[in-house]
Amino acid sequence: METIKKKVKIPLTVEQKIKRRSFISFGAFLALSGTAVAGWNWLLDAPEENPGITAGAGAPLRRALNKTELFFRNFFSNNHLVKTYPKERAAKTIRVNSLIGIEDDENFDIANWKLIVKCPNQRNLAIDIEEIKALPKTEIIYDFKCVEGWDQIQHWGGVKLSDFLTHYQIENQSLPRYMGLATPNGAYYVGLEKDSVLHPQTLLAYEMNGEPLSIDHGAPLRLIVPVKYGIKNLKRIGIMSFSNSRPKDYWAEQGYDYYSGL
Amino acid sequence: MLMRWTHWINFPVLGVMIWSGFLIYWANDAYGISIFGFTIIKFFPEWFYNYFHIPQRLAEGMAFHFLFMWFFFLNGLLYIMYTIFSGAWRELLPNKHTFKEAWQVLLHDLHIRKTTPPQKKYNAAQRIAYTAIILMGFGSIITGLAIYKPVQFYWMTWLCGGYHFARILHFALTIGYVLFFIIHLLQVVLAGWNNFRAIVAGFEVIEEKPIPMPEPVITTEKTEHNDGNN
Repeated sequence: METIKKKVKIPLTVEQKIKRRSFISFGAFLALSGTAVAGWNWLLDAPEENPGITAGAGAPLRRALNKTELFFRNFFSNNHLVKTYPKERAAKTIRVNSLIGIEDDENFDIANWKLIVKCPNQRNLAIDIEEIKALPKTEIIYDFKCVEGWDQIQHWGGVKLSDFLTHYQIENQSLPRYMGLATPNGAYYVGLEKDSVLHPQTLLAYEMNGEPLSIDHGAPLRLIVPVKYGIKNLKRIGIMSFSNSRPKDYWAEQGYDYYSGL
Repeated sequence: MLMRWTHWINFPVLGVMIWSGFLIYWANDAYGISIFGFTIIKFFPEWFYNYFHIPQRLAEGMAFHFLFMWFFFLNGLLYIMYTIFSGAWRELLPNKHTFKEAWQVLLHDLHIRKTTPPQKKYNAAQRIAYTAIILMGFGSIITGLAIYKPVQFYWMTWLCGGYHFARILHFALTIGYVLFFIIHLLQVVLAGWNNFRAIVAGFEVIEEKPIPMPEPVITTEKTEHNDGNN
């Protein structure tokens, strides 16, 4: 006798279809949620980066900061200028936020101050403040921006960093990729890439509101770099150096973005 | 399908953005609401910061914020592209009847009005809310870029009324998300299980009213005998 050997699917009832589709969807939903939670935990528990030029951030987060820097550096141009304001808008009392490298230096004597420039491939320069004041003066009134989130319109005067480099013929050799600046006692230090160094609004400032800098604002000479957060605007510059790799940077060692560009 | 995905991806991503935003905001928590010099709300009270372990984490907050901004942006872009190319925008964008109908929806939801307002996939109030939230997302990206790169994207900063004001807008939008989220969640709870399943699974069960039949027909489905090997 022949028997029909055939598998026949019983059509699903509507209720079964609903159940099945719900089951699949919620299963997928839970699986993906689980993956997301696992990914989040991985990110939170990821070890800190190895301390070096930068430190203090989770390793994947630091990688992300560095990649994001590369992306946004594509938009950087020396034609992009920070907005400037009329003199009346400038704050009369300029905010003091940090005194690292100043309050911790008891041996500092402003009368003996000289800017030490460690030039690439030539002997070091020691420049006094009168020499710097003799260079063409540039003033800027702009909105100073702190990484903490506050901003203040401030009035600074000094020499354009690019004019300074040209004058001392540092620029005419091929300038290394980075400049490092440090306070005389070395307690505070920053690194800047060439683009920001040569930006036309970057100043070595010796005046605020038309008066000489106060000690708390970095007398006799400080950096004003409007394309960076305040953390890069080093006060009381002691040593200027150049390198092709990132110089050490105080706040980049505390988990902040090295670039910190605006 | 893609709309549901992007919706659900947005939920944790925006959550991380808001959390890391708090870590950043703490470093300069200047905002509050005051009327005639009386402070009504101060963003944020000390207990709030301490409860969520917010203080002294600015660097960490920035690192998270500048990573997850990419996911927020790409996910939002995907959603907008999809709604444009699939034609789903027709169900989402408000039209000329929407504002009148949305008022009816509001009265209905508040139990002031009995009649149910007209509705397709989304009702008029939903159209407004879901379009507004996309515009808010767009606003967050513009104001965010305005305070992230105020020199390179100076025209965006100008568009947002300057650096200082852009930061206030960026913050206000975040408060907007939180308010949206509270109402959104409430509405989902009120709409019930069937609706929630639809947000996850993408289908909705519509109960059909039994149609009275003239004479009952009994059908039996024959299934063939199966003594198969498998």
